Amino acid sequence: MKIKLVAYGVARDIINQKTIDFELSGSTVSDLRQALFAQYPEFEKLNSMRFAVNDMYKEEDELIQAEDEVILIPPVSGG
Amino acid sequence: MIDIKILDQTLDTDYCRSFVTHPSAGGIVVFVGTVRDQTQGKPVQKLEFEAFESMAIKEMAKIAEAIQEKWDAIHVAIHHRVGTLDISDIAVIIAVSTPHRKAAFEACQYAIDTLKETVPIWKKEFFDDGEVWVAAHP
Repeated sequence: MKIKLVAYGVARDIINQKTIDFELSGSTVSDLRQALFAQYPEFEKLNSMRFAVNDMYKEEDELIQAEDEVILIPPVSGG
Repeated sequence: MIDIKILDQTLDTDYCRSFVTHPSAGGIVVFVGTVRDQTQGKPVQKLEFEAFESMAIKEMAKIAEAIQEKWDAIHVAIHHRVGTLDISDIAVIIAVSTPHRKAAFEACQYAIDTLKETVPIWKKEFFDDGEVWVAAHP
């Protein structure tokens, strides 16, 4: 299925753009992580990578729906 | 009451302190996070903050609500800056009023510690010889 990825911080640097359309063969956050890291190995080097949909963090076993906009959240550093 | 803001202009500590002022408050703690001039001895020129704003506002609101529940905070203000900041500029303000002072200190500490863990805001440090996303890599 096709989803949209929106990247912030160092994640945007890694995929070299703010948004991409991404073809995902699985259906969970974990599937997305594997596919994304396979395509962009630089993600492996980060301290963490989290994913959010509808302004909420998603856990590894949660489902991603077709047409979802998934936000890539690298290690946060506010404050 | 809760006041959550992400702003691209100078943050206002007086505003935040006033916002949390209340007749039943016995203490107000205001944490002001400022831009330090070095990281591990390396001079910092400036910082840039970017936020995933809609979610950052919600995560900051969750922190404020947790504070009201756990420490009986009366009012909470959390303001975070985005954009380019110079040395000593204010990056974040957290103001909390509680009936007794101990709770205000604890709540404020909880708020800044949690903000640094959960709120989708990113800081980039600019040095003489390059730039780094803070905390991104081990």
